[in-house]
Amino acid sequence: MNGIIFDIKRYAIHDGPGIRTTVFLKGCPMDCWWCHNPEARDDITGKLAEKTRTVSVAEVTREIARDRIFYDQSGGGVTFSGGEPLAQPDFLLVLLEFCRGQGIHTAVDTCGYAPTEDFERVSELTDLFLYDLKIMDNEQHTKYTGVSNELILDNLRLLSQKGSKLQLRVPLIPGITDTDENLEAVADFLSRLRGVDGVSILPYNRFGEDKRTRFKLEDRLGRLPDQSRADIESAAAKFRLRGYEVKIGG
Amino acid sequence: MNERIQKLRQQSLDAKPTISLERARLLTEFYQSGQPERVSIPVARAMALKYLLDHKEICINDGELIVGERGPAPKATYTYPDICTHTLKDFDILNSREKVSFAVDEKTRKQQQDEIIPFWSGRSVRDLIFQKVDRPWIDTYEAGIFTEFMEQRAPGHTVLDDKIYRKGFLDFQLQIEDSIKKLDFFADPEALAKREQLTAMSIAADALISYAERHAEKLTELADSETDSRRKRELREMAKICRKVPAHAPGGFREALQYYWFVHLGVITELNTWDSFNPGRLDRHLLPFYRRDIEEGVLTEERARELLQSFWVKFNNQPAPPKVGVTAQESNTYTDFCLINLGGVDETGESADNELTYMILDVIEEMRLLQPSSMVQVSKKSPDRLIDRALRIIKTGYGQPSLFNTDEMVQEMIRQGKSVQDARNGGASGCVETGAFGKESYILTGYFNLTKVLEITLNDGIDPRTGKQIGIQSGDPSRFESFEDLMDAFRRQLRYFIDVKIKGNVIIERLWAEHLPAPFMSILIDDCIKSGKDYNDGGARYNTSYVQGVGLGSITDCLAAIKYQVFDKRNLTLPQLLDAMKANFRDAADLRATLVESTPKYGNDDDYADDITKQVFEIFFETVDGRANTKGGHFRINLLPTTCHVYFGSVIGAMPDGRKKGEPLSEGISPVQGSDRRGPTAVLKSASKIDHIRTGGTLLNQKFSPQVLESEDGLEKLRHLIRAYFTMDGHHIQFNVVTAETLRKAQKNPEKYRDLIVRVAGYSDYFVDLGEDLQNEIIRRTEHGVA
Repeated sequence: MNGIIFDIKRYAIHDGPGIRTTVFLKGCPMDCWWCHNPEARDDITGKLAEKTRTVSVAEVTREIARDRIFYDQSGGGVTFSGGEPLAQPDFLLVLLEFCRGQGIHTAVDTCGYAPTEDFERVSELTDLFLYDLKIMDNEQHTKYTGVSNELILDNLRLLSQKGSKLQLRVPLIPGITDTDENLEAVADFLSRLRGVDGVSILPYNRFGEDKRTRFKLEDRLGRLPDQSRADIESAAAKFRLRGYEVKIGG
Repeated sequence: MNERIQKLRQQSLDAKPTISLERARLLTEFYQSGQPERVSIPVARAMALKYLLDHKEICINDGELIVGERGPAPKATYTYPDICTHTLKDFDILNSREKVSFAVDEKTRKQQQDEIIPFWSGRSVRDLIFQKVDRPWIDTYEAGIFTEFMEQRAPGHTVLDDKIYRKGFLDFQLQIEDSIKKLDFFADPEALAKREQLTAMSIAADALISYAERHAEKLTELADSETDSRRKRELREMAKICRKVPAHAPGGFREALQYYWFVHLGVITELNTWDSFNPGRLDRHLLPFYRRDIEEGVLTEERARELLQSFWVKFNNQPAPPKVGVTAQESNTYTDFCLINLGGVDETGESADNELTYMILDVIEEMRLLQPSSMVQVSKKSPDRLIDRALRIIKTGYGQPSLFNTDEMVQEMIRQGKSVQDARNGGASGCVETGAFGKESYILTGYFNLTKVLEITLNDGIDPRTGKQIGIQSGDPSRFESFEDLMDAFRRQLRYFIDVKIKGNVIIERLWAEHLPAPFMSILIDDCIKSGKDYNDGGARYNTSYVQGVGLGSITDCLAAIKYQVFDKRNLTLPQLLDAMKANFRDAADLRATLVESTPKYGNDDDYADDITKQVFEIFFETVDGRANTKGGHFRINLLPTTCHVYFGSVIGAMPDGRKKGEPLSEGISPVQGSDRRGPTAVLKSASKIDHIRTGGTLLNQKFSPQVLESEDGLEKLRHLIRAYFTMDGHHIQFNVVTAETLRKAQKNPEKYRDLIVRVAGYSDYFVDLGEDLQNEIIRRTEHGVA
């Protein structure tokens, strides 16, 4: 079986526990204004997506196996990211099966927008979900990401019920996701779920902005104000208050 | 640090390195006195040391707690005309050069001209070496295929064990007497020579004892005229200590430090041992004294820190003796490579880190001095805390301490035939060189330019830089039908040059053994007293001679390029490639881009390239390892460059990896600068594919931008990275934690960055003191910034 990836990064130290290899799968159902991995999208080709390639399962597993000794030493493993890794569910499942067979810890970094039956299958073979929660207000969510958040929240509930280990990731986009109102709503939603292991607050960075400028992509976001340390801390505090361990920056 | 230490530290930083002819003059006086002709060479050498230590100026700095300077003042640096006599031109260069300069005043210059040069010219061991070696050696040396350590500095590279903390020099003299008594003049043909050698050792022991007594006298004088009552008391106490050690075994922490320091001065006054001697496992040696003194209430933790800090300043006051010519190019630095070892295991194999380990690490962090250098030995039994403490210092961008794999070093030594206990009590010295402390003479004989040998192979034995046939005719490269043909030619070419090098080494070893024995050093290294033989003549329990391979990454990438582009892909012929190289890739930008960008490279965990690394390693190993030296030991390999990869690169034209003429080679076992693109785990995987255990040390440099280490999480993951590398039997790793931007700024405004210390290659140095090429290279080294 083949899949499409746009990168494999070794010594990934911000995508889950320990030292990891992150496999970036191509394809994303969402269209976030602040996207900082636009090369993940199917419609992006050319220079920006120059590392995009079709690979066999064996090619990926060979690459994964290379850093085995580092995973074992550090309690690390493999993270499947994207794009949206569940956009290629069968390919993802084969890779997860390989890791399970090898005893390699797996994390799936997902936006949550994928068919529920895929999540059911994937959850059986995944040790940890890094699950993005962006905006609780559905109208706003639809505006800024191109899709409704209903399916995302349903899938999150499902994973929680099935007992999956979850780490929530909340990107702080100035004026969009980092409002008090939104963050409170996210935190409230979380506190009704079980299995949430921790929360990562992802401060805004200008990688996306830089890529949009350099590769002349449509820019709906414009230049956002800078985020202060205090803004980040106050966002983190909302989750800490509810008893979650909060990491800043993944 | 308290006010006293601040002052001492600042004095040390502000002191300008100068050339002092004190040793040269006294030595010349002694050798002109007629006395040496009446005694044997070893005895004359010991008498010379005694003469030096009896007549040199005693320097005691204000406020210091540990006393003794090699020269008449801090950073007044000796010359060693008995080894290498500096010409006036050398002095002028030292005086005027921008980097690593030494001030030479007019009087010094004149004395050198009138007294020193006339006497030593033709007598220095350097002159003798160049008279004795053969033509092929000279040609090969001049071509930059190898360097020779012993043409300017004494065989050193040894480190002390714990013997001085248990015995005084009077005790050593009793051992010497005992050995003399046991000599069998009827059955042992060497008995007479041994008697001379042992007598010399005894004289050398006297020399150090009376040297300490001279300090005691001076301290007493100073105490008598001191008005500050506190200092007066201190001076008297110090005088008392100098009367006790090194004659007797030390009784406490402070005595132990002072004792070591006298021994250190003895070693570096007798000869300019390369690399400088050091106390080795300091945290272990001092521990019994520390614990007892604390328990008895005669020492506080604060006082112990202050003493250690004062001790640290002493090292920083002794710049490495200045080198000349090629040797200056290969290693131009003030640092004398004293590498304090911390952590590791004890002789039973248990983790040896203790409260002093951490105190010394605090001292290292606080003092931030160029010397001494420091390292932490990490065993699988070492606690995480030990690595984390080291990383917290490393992340400040200081470049120290470096990290070593104890378990791997022990295996290296056992493979070489050392006892398990001796191996566990050993460690690394200089840059990364493994040794059995206090029991081994392990000599670096010179760097070896593997890539240059390939260049000569590609030219059928001719050095393209000079057009001279200096190698064997290993075959016209246009006739090579396969990669194996090339490797076969390389193997034969390498064997030839190693033969030349080793033939020279044997000559040089004998010259040192016969002309410049080291009776003082011989007291310190087992089993010289027992065997009655000199340290320079096989007296040590273990005697190892190293040839240090340089440019493993570069040669791999060159060979990989030929294999891949010429023989596998057939994108071009070997003659086409050689033509492009000859033209330094002029008008061949596309070809060069293919060679640089689209060819397998070492350092990316790519077996295509890494298998070639392994082949080169095996060829080098087989060619050198196990050959006998003249001291009952063997030749071995290790892989480290100091800064020689810059010099070695300067003698090589453009090469198949796309490297242009004259550019530096890769250093240690690190990948070619900028060619590792798969992150640090891939580098470590590549680096661990060679068998470190069959070397005497390898050097791996990794540069991290500081942000990687900012968080606790990042620190922890780096610790895991290190542990994983050591699980794969990696020998050593060191980290440069600075941004390229900072370095560029430092290059532009050196005056603002005088304190910026970076890891160079096995040691740290002031960035602004490095040559521009080396500065550029450090900037280029791949940054693995992740955050």
